[in-house]
Amino acid sequence: MPSTNDWINNPLGVVEEMFGKIQVETLPHDSYNTVPSLNDVPLHYLKPNSLVKFRCLIQDMFDPEFYMGAYDTVDPSTKAKVLRCGKYKDVTECGVDLDSANMVTSERQTFYCVPIPGESPWVKEISSCARVVPSTSYVPSRQKRSYEDDDEDDMDTQPQAQGTPAAAEAQGNGDSKRQETEAPSGQKASSPPLDLNFPLPGEKGPACLVKVYADWDSFKLNDTMEVYGILSVSPALSALSDQSDTSSSLILDPAECMETAEELRVHSPPASLVPRLHLIHTQRLAHNNPLLPPAALEDTLASTLGEMVSVRAELLAYFTQLLLGDVLAAEYLLLHLISNVYARRDVIPLGKFTLNLSGCPATAGPAYTEQLYCALQQLVPSAYRLSMTLQNMNQLRLVPRKDYVANRLLSGALQLAANTSLYLDETQLEQGQLDPAGVRNITALGNVISWQKVDYDFNYHQMEFPSNINVLIASEGRSLLPSDCHVHLQPQVTPPNMEAYLGSALTAQSSSQLNKFRLYLTMARTLDYSISEEVTKAVEDDFVDMRKDDPQSISADDLHSLLGVARLLCLSLGQSALSTDAWSRAKHIETLRKSRSEPQGCLNGNEP
Amino acid sequence: MSSPMSTPGGKRGRPSNPSTPATSPPAQRRRGQPSSNGDLPLMPTSPPTDMPDPLQDTSLFSSPRRSVLPSEVDMSSPLIGARGTPARQRPDLGSVRKSKQVDLQSEPSAADGAAAAEQPAGQRLVIWGTDVNVATCKEKFQRFLQRFIDPSSKEDENSCLDLNEPLYMQKLEEISIVGDPVLNINCGHVSSFDAELYRQLVCYPQEVIPTFDMAVNELFFERFPDSILEHQIQVRPYNALKTRNMRSLNPEDIDQLITISGMVIRTSQLIPEMQEAFFQCAVCAFSARVEVDRGRIAEPAVCRNCNTTHSLALIHNRSMFSDKQMVKIQESPEDMPAGQTPHTTVVYAHNDLVDKVQPGDRINITGIYRAVPMRVNPRQSNVKSVYKTHIDVIHFRKTDEKRLHGQDDENEQRLFTEARVQTLRELAAKPDVYDRLSSALAPSIYEHEDIKKGILLQLFGGTRKDFSQTGRGNFRAEVNILLCGDPGTSKSQLLQYVFNLVPRGQYTSGKGSSAVGLTAYIMKDPETRQTVLQTGALVLSDNGICCIDEFDKMSDSTRSVLHEVMEQQTLSIAKAGIICQLNARTSILAAANPVESQWNPKKTTIENIQLPHTLLSRFDLIFLMLDPQDEAYDRKLAHHLVSLYYQSEEQLEEENLDMAVLKDFIAYARSYIQPKLSEEAGQALIEAYVEMRKVGSGRGMVSAYPRQLESLIRLAEAHAKVRFSDKVETIDVEEAKRLHREALKQSATDPRTGFVDISILTTGMSATARKRKEEITAALKKMLQSRTKTPVMKFQQLFDDLRGQSETAITKDQFEEALKALCDEDYLTISGKTIRLAT
Repeated sequence: MPSTNDWINNPLGVVEEMFGKIQVETLPHDSYNTVPSLNDVPLHYLKPNSLVKFRCLIQDMFDPEFYMGAYDTVDPSTKAKVLRCGKYKDVTECGVDLDSANMVTSERQTFYCVPIPGESPWVKEISSCARVVPSTSYVPSRQKRSYEDDDEDDMDTQPQAQGTPAAAEAQGNGDSKRQETEAPSGQKASSPPLDLNFPLPGEKGPACLVKVYADWDSFKLNDTMEVYGILSVSPALSALSDQSDTSSSLILDPAECMETAEELRVHSPPASLVPRLHLIHTQRLAHNNPLLPPAALEDTLASTLGEMVSVRAELLAYFTQLLLGDVLAAEYLLLHLISNVYARRDVIPLGKFTLNLSGCPATAGPAYTEQLYCALQQLVPSAYRLSMTLQNMNQLRLVPRKDYVANRLLSGALQLAANTSLYLDETQLEQGQLDPAGVRNITALGNVISWQKVDYDFNYHQMEFPSNINVLIASEGRSLLPSDCHVHLQPQVTPPNMEAYLGSALTAQSSSQLNKFRLYLTMARTLDYSISEEVTKAVEDDFVDMRKDDPQSISADDLHSLLGVARLLCLSLGQSALSTDAWSRAKHIETLRKSRSEPQGCLNGNEP
Repeated sequence: MSSPMSTPGGKRGRPSNPSTPATSPPAQRRRGQPSSNGDLPLMPTSPPTDMPDPLQDTSLFSSPRRSVLPSEVDMSSPLIGARGTPARQRPDLGSVRKSKQVDLQSEPSAADGAAAAEQPAGQRLVIWGTDVNVATCKEKFQRFLQRFIDPSSKEDENSCLDLNEPLYMQKLEEISIVGDPVLNINCGHVSSFDAELYRQLVCYPQEVIPTFDMAVNELFFERFPDSILEHQIQVRPYNALKTRNMRSLNPEDIDQLITISGMVIRTSQLIPEMQEAFFQCAVCAFSARVEVDRGRIAEPAVCRNCNTTHSLALIHNRSMFSDKQMVKIQESPEDMPAGQTPHTTVVYAHNDLVDKVQPGDRINITGIYRAVPMRVNPRQSNVKSVYKTHIDVIHFRKTDEKRLHGQDDENEQRLFTEARVQTLRELAAKPDVYDRLSSALAPSIYEHEDIKKGILLQLFGGTRKDFSQTGRGNFRAEVNILLCGDPGTSKSQLLQYVFNLVPRGQYTSGKGSSAVGLTAYIMKDPETRQTVLQTGALVLSDNGICCIDEFDKMSDSTRSVLHEVMEQQTLSIAKAGIICQLNARTSILAAANPVESQWNPKKTTIENIQLPHTLLSRFDLIFLMLDPQDEAYDRKLAHHLVSLYYQSEEQLEEENLDMAVLKDFIAYARSYIQPKLSEEAGQALIEAYVEMRKVGSGRGMVSAYPRQLESLIRLAEAHAKVRFSDKVETIDVEEAKRLHREALKQSATDPRTGFVDISILTTGMSATARKRKEEITAALKKMLQSRTKTPVMKFQQLFDDLRGQSETAITKDQFEEALKALCDEDYLTISGKTIRLAT
């Protein structure tokens, strides 16, 4: 039985050993935490062909590829044939006997994965701290220095990287390591830097080509997961793209010349920038909150359920402070943050709760909305603030588009993981003209809000991908985008210095307090929910009564939103069934909210 | 570069020499490495398939030579009669060259020999690596060609052929007349005629197709010895049922004949691929030909004639090239599982298949699936462990090419399994199928049974009838529906649901669409400077449903394009030098909000939604979606909504299944059921129509027009389709009548009298309103006649006078209308606020 250490340092050896005996490769369970993560450790500190993990989102799916699953190699000197396993490798051993009867062709699928877009800094911080025992020589504290010195004394870090005996064994890979680190600089000189195709602008981190060996149909685009796989950074892979300009014989190869240079660059990027990961184990992530690891879900749930009410009160107080003393808006903000599309009935997504927070003080400039976003970002695991300036709307690519020349899906800002908070800052919108791209962008935002779907542009047709994005719109007046719920902010306090006021509110929260909030928000989202027979009856009666008095007062749509609010209210209190109390409370806050927006009621019933 | 005569089959099997020991079937050897066999001398560097006859090769460039001796062509050439016709290479089959073969020579051929020895000598000859016996295969195929009859053939290309005669013999005759030496063979036919032959064709296309070529040519030149063709006939099989979907391709399909469907996304430039290099010695002008071997040419270092070293130079224009094009295809959106991105596949088209398809075409491709190993570096020996895959295409078939001019393309769109058809038929046989289906439609939307039924009938549509011979053109078979009513009554949700249900649906909003967006526009392609016709929503939803939300917000000019679409089902375009008529056989499902946010029950439909009656009369059914404001209804609605919020996953699953069944049911009925009116049904329709006319005639108005009769027929046909019945029967007419009446009751009730009045929809005004208008006009005229002495009057004053005179209240609108009527009679003229009597 291979030990955890074997798995991490020499997984290919373990696989090779198992090959031919039993075909099941299983990873010891206790080892998850000890595996180094690509998210935290710079690539050049990781040993090639070691086991690493990567927390990512499937950004694109490439075509399946056929590879040599098993093959014979012939030693040129001894003519001895050895059967080899081709799984988890990009390059075969030397001397492949192409005509051997033992050759097995197998199929695998490649996914292009990027780090979860918009992941909050605190998530990165906590998950990198949770990492135990770096089995590589990488020490986080050295990070700073190595970045600075990377260019001049690369050689300096090399000996240390090979310090462990395991690394010394893999001496053959030593040279390759040097090439990898140098590759990017060489690349820059000759061709424009590779676009790593991150959904959001300004993202950092490695992208990865993940090779999947089984059950690839169960993966869906935009799935988030943590993959455990064998890192492959063989420079031979990058050779393909480096050579396209120099090698003449390559042009002649009929199989090669058919692909455009762009396609080659995208599909076989330099391994130093986009490492290959041969998947051994995946863990789907329902959320990326490191405070609530999936293994400990049950325990945490049981222990914190009782505290939920008190945490809710604290969080509400915090939000009230942020929203300038508006308790009602604070309550809605809380409900919004725990909303989640939990089911779809034919075309209707259930559980979405888009909040439009209007009346944001504009006098203070963008400071208020920006600070509010910072506060929210500290609480949710992933968030993105889209400043709806005219320029952004006209120029940003929101909807992913298929690029047929490079044969890949060009990502857009709406390609987000489930439960990402999208913060639309409409206070930034000024008068002007939207061009056709801008109109399309606005339509795309509207579709996300109303139907929770994004129509990806495949040039000849569109393809609909369901989304699960929490959209919060901050605006001065009522937003031009549709929303499920519109709250007009009524500030109770008017601090003279907005920035200082919010800044002090932000810093007043201790990190343990913040962690409590973070845990609470994620927990409330995962709770189950049901409505008992009696309560159903009560709700029906209530509805009939309300209609009897004034049929105009409540329509079917109103009932819909009322039920939505009631559900979120229950969840926020840690209850998993609707109670009559919660129902009347929901009715109460809805009435309060409506009375605020009454004067701005819409005409002609053109509700989206 | 194999010509049909120098095929692997011909060489390896040596059918002409039965005493040669036969080789064994593939046994343990993998396919894809055809190569040397025991009885052939080893041919270094050049694979056997790529040995062209030097004389043959010139045929590509020079005119056919008639002096080619058969003995020179190939040792086993069957084409004794084909002297005048040159063979043509088939690079689509011959790309074995690209796979690795050089190592094969080191493979001991003893194993083959041993296996062969065990075989009984005689006719059991098979091609190396397969179980194909060339002679048997040829014979079988010739028998197939001579005997195969398909009386039930529906393919349009066979339309002019006699279905009771052997199909392919007629095609051969066609070839002899037309001179296009390509014979397309439907693999389905082969399969039904000889399953074993079909299996061999699919498994060993590389060997079997050349054998077919031989067989066809033999047969052809026997029959038409005098015909001259450009080159020998090539067989192009299509419709291999092996694989339908790109996603299901797997390593087992390598080197097999497959058919997949997809969409062309990119085509490359034409690539001249060198097949053979021509070298000439600079000293003595001695020429040498060198085969291209795996993309490389071994340049001869020494001239064989004069022994000068490095004197040979490549002469490009005497080298031989073949056309090649890379085509990228992508899975069509219908074939894809949700949440995944489409796969793409590289396809190589050769020779005359080059430039047959354009990006955007939907095509079915039949070809051979290939996998080629990739080298990391040509000079390194270790190989990247990944293969490159592509398809060498043998046959292209566009699936949508008939859409612009043909009649029905639904037949080939969907294939249903036997079991599926069985379930659907069982469902259709149930007496309550109509109710079941309508309740499965948009279950999340509560009630509105009749509206759902109407939409259900719209999804099925009527039977398409062709009256072009009598000069009326096509009758519309599509049902158009308008939903109007209060906001927040889930109209948009219904539209969204329908849009998601039908395969070719389009969803637009009246606010955001322009006339060109709906119809078509001309665009200059920035690269090619070609003018391209880009189709809009209406054309894209041909044979589908176009959902238009916020119909009332649409601008008048946009709406006007709908007139033609909704009755003639075509779109005429005349712009940028392109004049054409496109088919837009689309059903329209529109939703409109009332002008005054809330539906005003005191007003007619026209007044409420402010749409021109010319457009309204084109809708078969107009439904009002109103808030019923009734306690029992409210209670049920509340229950329905609450249940939405806690239903378990399983219940949701069940419904999804229903949606899939519903989809298939509709698709099946649309393509296979074409009901015709029965005698009784015809009678019932006549009666219904006469009755509708009678209702109105009693009150001096017309309550039905031929358009209403046509609607009834369409609805009855659609209802028959729901029952999978080929005949429209009385019950269908009954339901059509009921639904039509229901819709009328909702939309065409005169709010003043409470009677159903079709003229509200057809002329925009109810008969009573018209009568009232006439009365006011008469009264006004009378009043004006009484005071002829003052020929000029103030508008307001006259209005007040008339109001004072009349017993009933007169609105300003009515007054204006009356004035306008008199103005039209030339009785008076209006200028601004003054009214002047005409003299």
